[in-house]
Amino acid sequence: MKTLERVLLDHPFTQGLASEYVQVIAGCATNVVFEAGKVIFREGEEADRFYLIRHGRVALEIHMEQGPIVIQTISENDVLGWSWLVPPYRWRFDARALEVTRALALDGTCLRKKCDDNPAMGYELLKRFTLVLEERLQATRLQLLDMYGHKERKPK
Amino acid sequence: MTTPLLENAAAAWEPPVLEPQEAAPMLPRPYVVNRVRQETSDTFTVELQSADGAKPFRFKPGQFNMLYVLGVGEIPISICGDPSRPDTLVHTTRAVGVVTRAMRRLKPGDVLGVRGPFGSAWPIEEAAGNDVVIVAGGIGLAPLRTALYNMLHERQRYGKIVLLYGTRSPNDILYRREVEKWRSHFDLEVYVTVDRASDRWRGNVGVVTSLISRAPFDPLSTVAFICGPEVMMRFAVLELQKRGVDAQNVYLSMERNMKCAVGICGHCQFGPWFVCKDGPVYRYDVIEPFFGKREV
Repeated sequence: MKTLERVLLDHPFTQGLASEYVQVIAGCATNVVFEAGKVIFREGEEADRFYLIRHGRVALEIHMEQGPIVIQTISENDVLGWSWLVPPYRWRFDARALEVTRALALDGTCLRKKCDDNPAMGYELLKRFTLVLEERLQATRLQLLDMYGHKERKPK
Repeated sequence: MTTPLLENAAAAWEPPVLEPQEAAPMLPRPYVVNRVRQETSDTFTVELQSADGAKPFRFKPGQFNMLYVLGVGEIPISICGDPSRPDTLVHTTRAVGVVTRAMRRLKPGDVLGVRGPFGSAWPIEEAAGNDVVIVAGGIGLAPLRTALYNMLHERQRYGKIVLLYGTRSPNDILYRREVEKWRSHFDLEVYVTVDRASDRWRGNVGVVTSLISRAPFDPLSTVAFICGPEVMMRFAVLELQKRGVDAQNVYLSMERNMKCAVGICGHCQFGPWFVCKDGPVYRYDVIEPFFGKREV
């Protein structure tokens, strides 16, 4: 049976992370499974954790007058949630499992405390989250362009 | 650093220019509309057959024709049918201008003028033996469909074939039935993503470039074909390079305002090239100095 440390190391987010940090982070981790359709968190609720998706797919949704709109899907090897890092630690969207989803849940309060105690580890984690944030920001910018809706002149 | 996978991808690579089939490339030939099919809310496909008993229309995937709606105007549109069925010419386009709107109103039996085929082609022959990744955005799937048809006809010659397709919403998926059929193939990897969707959509939501990092292909022996909005192609190239695909193994189809289609009028100039004659398919490293430059 795999230990949580082993499972953590299998995820791209923690690859190359010093083993002593992985050990510390594993102390804040639990293995979780969400059935298809299960709401993982809702907008406005306390963001007290984040997830390293191991298998499955999750939709991030925002509710509008016409109903829920899916703004992004998160899949295997992705990170779900960064609101645990930023006050007031509230989710900004709903997250719903589209299929059976297995993940590691990391306790944000526990991890923030450990990062405060060990700034070097905190900095390492923050660098990794910055990469995730940068990727999501770039993707969001492209989505905002509505590029497929533009008039196109090329032979098509 | 990897090396070009394709034999014609030497340092002095020049886009393979294919001569127009017609002896008189400026003279449109009559084609009869067989069918006009609405694909999505703003895209449609016209199927044409020769009106004067001309020989079958041979073309290479990625090439385009100039279609003349009589009395309205002429526009370049990629050929997107099956090259193994040269009796029927198939073109998909979006109804956005005077000519394409008039084209959408055509009925079976109406006549169009056709000049072509023009331009360079996807290097599908040379890509044999490698994995092939096709990155298509929106209506950019149309010119890539011919390449896919060709490769599926000779499936055993290629490694993995991966289609990554992004579009605006589930309702904007081009050739939807066909894409669903492709997804059911055991030897074809198809990933579709949309920019936005309601909660009834169970597929991916996000930009097509985000599919590249998780797509199953070997970057060291992969040839990539990209077609879509230029901004999408820029980011797709970056993601492919992040995965380790060499610029010399990336091909893309450029968009410019083509008029004469034979490299005379200069409307489609792109750096030192005319897209109608030297393109629209280019190897990325060749055009890299000009790609994404606003002045070009």
